[in-house]
Amino acid sequence: MLGKTANGLYWMYRYLERAENTSRLVETAQRIALTRSSGNSDDEWGSVMQSAGVFEGYRGCHDGVSKDAAIDWMLRSPDNPSSLFSSISSARKNARLVRTALTHEVWEAMNGCYMSAQKVLARKVGERDLPGVLGDLRQRTALVRGATHGTMLRNDIFDFARIGTFLERADNTARILDVKYYVLLPSAYSVGSNIDNVQWETILRAVSARGGYRMVHGNQVSPRDIASFLILDKRMPRSLNFCALKIRDNLNYLASDYGTRPPAFRLADRLVRRFLSHDIDAIFEFGLHEYVQNVLGALAELGQQVEIDYRYYE
Amino acid sequence: MFLAMGGIETFDEMWGTRAELRAPYQSFQTWLEGEDPARLRAKQREAEEVFRLTGITFNVYGRAEAEERLIPFDIIPRIISGPEWQKLSRGIEQRVRAINAFLYDIYHRQEIVKAGRIPEEMISRNDAFLPQMIGVEPPGGIYTHIVGIDLVRTGDNQFYVLEDNARTPSGVSYMLENRETMLQMFPELFSQNRVKPVQNYPANLRRSLAACAPATDGPPRVAVLTPGIYNSAYYEHAFLADQMGVELVEGHDLRVVDGRVAMRTTQGYEPIDVLYRRVDDDFLDPLNFNPDSALGVPGIMDVYRAGGITIANAPGTGIADDKAIYSYMPEIVEFYTGEKAILENVPTWRCSDPEALAYVLDHLEELVVKEVHGSGGYGMLIGPTATKKDLAAFRKKLKARPANYIAQPTLSLSTVPIFTRAGLAPRHVDLRPFVLVSPEGINITPGGLTRVALKKGSLVVNSSQGGGTKDTWVLED
Repeated sequence: MLGKTANGLYWMYRYLERAENTSRLVETAQRIALTRSSGNSDDEWGSVMQSAGVFEGYRGCHDGVSKDAAIDWMLRSPDNPSSLFSSISSARKNARLVRTALTHEVWEAMNGCYMSAQKVLARKVGERDLPGVLGDLRQRTALVRGATHGTMLRNDIFDFARIGTFLERADNTARILDVKYYVLLPSAYSVGSNIDNVQWETILRAVSARGGYRMVHGNQVSPRDIASFLILDKRMPRSLNFCALKIRDNLNYLASDYGTRPPAFRLADRLVRRFLSHDIDAIFEFGLHEYVQNVLGALAELGQQVEIDYRYYE
Repeated sequence: MFLAMGGIETFDEMWGTRAELRAPYQSFQTWLEGEDPARLRAKQREAEEVFRLTGITFNVYGRAEAEERLIPFDIIPRIISGPEWQKLSRGIEQRVRAINAFLYDIYHRQEIVKAGRIPEEMISRNDAFLPQMIGVEPPGGIYTHIVGIDLVRTGDNQFYVLEDNARTPSGVSYMLENRETMLQMFPELFSQNRVKPVQNYPANLRRSLAACAPATDGPPRVAVLTPGIYNSAYYEHAFLADQMGVELVEGHDLRVVDGRVAMRTTQGYEPIDVLYRRVDDDFLDPLNFNPDSALGVPGIMDVYRAGGITIANAPGTGIADDKAIYSYMPEIVEFYTGEKAILENVPTWRCSDPEALAYVLDHLEELVVKEVHGSGGYGMLIGPTATKKDLAAFRKKLKARPANYIAQPTLSLSTVPIFTRAGLAPRHVDLRPFVLVSPEGINITPGGLTRVALKKGSLVVNSSQGGGTKDTWVLED
């Protein structure tokens, strides 16, 4: 496979995952804003944009934070390379680049997703249409993922697609933890105020984990359990541990396919050990914020190493 | 007989000149009569949806990514009988053989010049002549691995070659997708008519390219070279690579390693044997041609000259489809095959000749004037439909650079009906059959790409200027 093709697959699936995460973040924030009993929720949009890693860009072209401007920035802005539309466009552009590596069904699902985004995101999305638009586009991206699972060979093409998916997902979960870490700190344990409940729910919703959490931990919501669920739980498909294991698995398939084990594999292995060898108390003791920062750094380093090992660029 | 459109009755391929249904369309017409127009309209829309979702689009030159356009597809097929096709394909084969012999000759001993059949300056002073190719032996002796011969029809038995495309003819993906779409939408038509298949084109292309490979130890490795996703024909490049099961590469995926052209894979550089390039000569090698090119591969020409790779089509083939050389094609065919050309040329005035120029200036209103190196229907004057201002401007251009132009009579191109809201309506068409050349022989896909001018009365079929396409049937006789 061409290095360029590996690169295109990796980014196609990263952007696809990013599109999904962005839409989930917007949906969550909108819901919280609507159900909040009092106060100005505009600050909340700042932290949502921070979770999506697009706040700095936003501040570069806006004076203040408002809900409308924030939603538009996250959904449609061409100036925001991670907006929902930019992400879907980039995913589709990469899909065109690697068209020969995709099945017909995957390509059509991707192209259909883009055509749909072009239509529903052509104009500002009003409050009333927001749930419909987000739901429709998430179905479209899910269709691409479904076609990928149902029709693609399990070879190196699939491995690069999965590595892109899980690096992006891990990055996303880590960023949510990074922005919200303070509501999960032990000092917040006994507070139990209404505000905290809202914050905790925001976190769980943003990773579509409310149902999963309940199955594992019942109705007792505690910040310690939430942190553990999002960082360490191996069953939770958006937890850092789960993502790291998947990345390592796929790098391992590549290694046995190609007959060599490049440095990226060692980095992934080190990342996994980090989750295996600590429990949540040790993480708190180390410092949740520092821990998440370290993970974010390790993910970035891993991404760069994959790029080098598999010759994405000249 | 070619003069002045409308001066002679237009030949319709379905209804002839006297509204009598022609034989190849008989069975189709029976089917059509039984069809509900509303259902056909729905099918026409459905076809468009299929094309859009599949991404069968072309990018308009110089525009951004958002400007991907569909080439309109018309559901009424263009039908050619078996015997008609037999004669055409004999003529095409003869012409393609002559073109290859001509290219070998002008890059070697130039017998045709020595024999006085073509003036020396037509070659040496031609921009499309590539001095770097002099004395080069292309692997397998083939110059034009893929050729598209543009044909027009003016009557029951009258076809003309309008243009030879010997560089990188495009459009074959539309030929294939048009058939695919028709098969999906109207399967019954293919049970009722025996239509020669076209679907083995990609397999034939791969076999034909592999047969031109330099000597290799294993099976030849083939790749398609594209300028990238913003190129107008990117869809086709990806389509062909996909259908052939070969890699689609760009210049920056390639480099010369140990005297071979190699592509950067996830496991290091791997050599390739045959490069089906869809970039122009100028951009092929920044070391040997345009130094600013970011599309090509530095040093590929040196590998080529040393016999280390096959480039398809060979560099320098453009001289064979140059419009000034075109006017010599009857002589070229005769010189190399010893036979008279089966397919006729459109009579052509070379404006470099003062007598011809005087005639052209006098009859501008009835002629088509083309740039010698132009393509895509740009930079061309259609006398009968031009405004006074256009005519005056072209007169000036002709006098300033006569050698840059040729002129031809306005042909009364044949029509084939298209499906419109108001029913069937005749529109002008041309035909581009696709030809593969290898040491194993010449392979012509039955039919080719029919381009149709969708605007009433228009003669311009180019997709960049509002043309559409049709499925082209050749019937088994």
